[in-house]
Amino acid sequence: MSLSDEETRQLDAILGHYPDKRAAAATAMRLVQARRRWLSDEAVADLGEYLDMTVAELDGIATFGNMVFRKPVGRHVVLVCDSFACWSLGYAELRSAVEAELGVGMGQTTADGRFTLLPIVCLGACDRGPAMMVDDELHGPVAPDDVAGILGGYA
Amino acid sequence: MTSRPGLPGYPAEDRPFTRAMRADGRPATIDDYLATGGYDGLRRAVESLQPKEVAALVTESGLRGRGGAGYSTGRKWSTMPLGPDAPHPKYIVCNADEMEPGSFKDRFLMERNPHLLLEGMLLAGFATESDEGYIFLRQQYDGSVAALEQAIAEARERGYLGASLLGSGFTFDIELHVSLGRYICGEASAMLNALESQRPNPRARPPHMTGAGLFSRPTVVNNVESFMAVPAIVQHGPDWWKGLSVTDEGGTKVFGVAGRVAKPGCVELPMGVPIRELVEVHAGGMLPGYALRAVSPGGASTSFIPADKIDVPLGFATMSEVESRLGTGTLVLLDDQTCPVGMLLNMMQFFAQESCGWCTPCREGLPWTAALLEDIEEGRGEPGDLEVLAQGVWFMDSDKCFCDLAPGAMQPLESALRLFPDDFARHIEEGGCHYRRRGSDAPAMRGTTW
Repeated sequence: MSLSDEETRQLDAILGHYPDKRAAAATAMRLVQARRRWLSDEAVADLGEYLDMTVAELDGIATFGNMVFRKPVGRHVVLVCDSFACWSLGYAELRSAVEAELGVGMGQTTADGRFTLLPIVCLGACDRGPAMMVDDELHGPVAPDDVAGILGGYA
Repeated sequence: MTSRPGLPGYPAEDRPFTRAMRADGRPATIDDYLATGGYDGLRRAVESLQPKEVAALVTESGLRGRGGAGYSTGRKWSTMPLGPDAPHPKYIVCNADEMEPGSFKDRFLMERNPHLLLEGMLLAGFATESDEGYIFLRQQYDGSVAALEQAIAEARERGYLGASLLGSGFTFDIELHVSLGRYICGEASAMLNALESQRPNPRARPPHMTGAGLFSRPTVVNNVESFMAVPAIVQHGPDWWKGLSVTDEGGTKVFGVAGRVAKPGCVELPMGVPIRELVEVHAGGMLPGYALRAVSPGGASTSFIPADKIDVPLGFATMSEVESRLGTGTLVLLDDQTCPVGMLLNMMQFFAQESCGWCTPCREGLPWTAALLEDIEEGRGEPGDLEVLAQGVWFMDSDKCFCDLAPGAMQPLESALRLFPDDFARHIEEGGCHYRRRGSDAPAMRGTTW
């Protein structure tokens, strides 16, 4: 799948925010991922063509960033904070409850494609630990019993 | 205990970081901000001050970087080349990455008081005759992004941002840049690489960033809270700022408390309040059934302070007297039912995972350290392990590493070996952990990419 007209329009619009095309690569990847949920090899190749960069150059950035998805993810991404603050406030119980509710472990996607569960470094919500995020929404403090209700809100 | 009252016991004017914040928790609008003296500092600067004078005010105030390193903000600005021969564009970069575990003040500040950050960056831009600002945010700070986008739109519309702002001839604009994620992007030079869409390894210094920074142009990089301190300094003057603190370091600061306390959260207090006051008064004290064991004062790369030393004032100079440092000033508490070895293991797994892999001590030393701690916590520890951990502290000192990641990781380790020797010994002797909250529980994702 090559870049759609809409994607190309959005990419054209961000180029003006950076002094050269290559400097827009990180934002370009984020933008395409936001539309497609993950970056396939084809998407990276298409972006490379658009930005005059090689696939290796783009993957050098993509594989470094912990929020670039080079494999398919579910409709919702669940991030459970594993910082030492959340760890001391009940991370283990929260993680177990999330894994039990979803029936998958860290790094896995539910069979229905609804959720992907991933670890995340400190969410900067230590005063709300143990904390987790679902897509762009922060939840905390989350008791194990709250997990089913929270996840149930995401179709 | 020093009894200078904290919030809400002293005048709003003396709370420069929080005075514009709304009671309902929503981001302060431009009208909220203007109603509490917002943009007065910027107006004063562009109408009646020279750029050098603004930098001098900041230097005179004694303001030191609030991101953890504590370097003089004014002095950093003063090294930017000025005048007609200076290269352009020059950049102001705000480090809003806040990925240091145990740091949670910048999120609070940006979500609640976004215009203060814009005004601080505008003053930095004016003082250094810069052309453009970037705010480098981590991806999980969606609330901050929304608040800042709104604030930028409002400021542009009212003429505080953009071409010839306030009719002064000074032109400055601010862009948001959302990171692809990774702790090392919070290291200032790695952040510049990330902004350029280079692989974000830290850069060698020299050259300093004020000489050759973003896109090889002169660049100032400061933390969110450092920028936010500047408007009130320019508005009210350095003497006023110096008068706010309990100690002689000047100003207020946004502190935080997390852990088993009654009221975890952030609070603006005079610089120099003791840890005890922050924990026992503002955070409501420890929850029933928990006693304080030690404090991580400002992020995972600061040394633990034992509970018997919490009368220390929170300041740059005073914290070194208890063999630690202020860092970000957001405290994470270690209670008596949580295993210190387990907590340290969690920290080391984080640092090992986040090493960029560039230099050997960090790339090899941190996983080795984490593995040894895991052995000790899981009951596989051996008597010689503590000496090897201590060697690691030496091996990963700042004179042997390319950046501050591994040396920072060694600070909690060094302090834990010093403060909790009996815990380490008992783990090794008894073949495991005797605490209620124990173990690593770290996700088994290390070494994989997604």
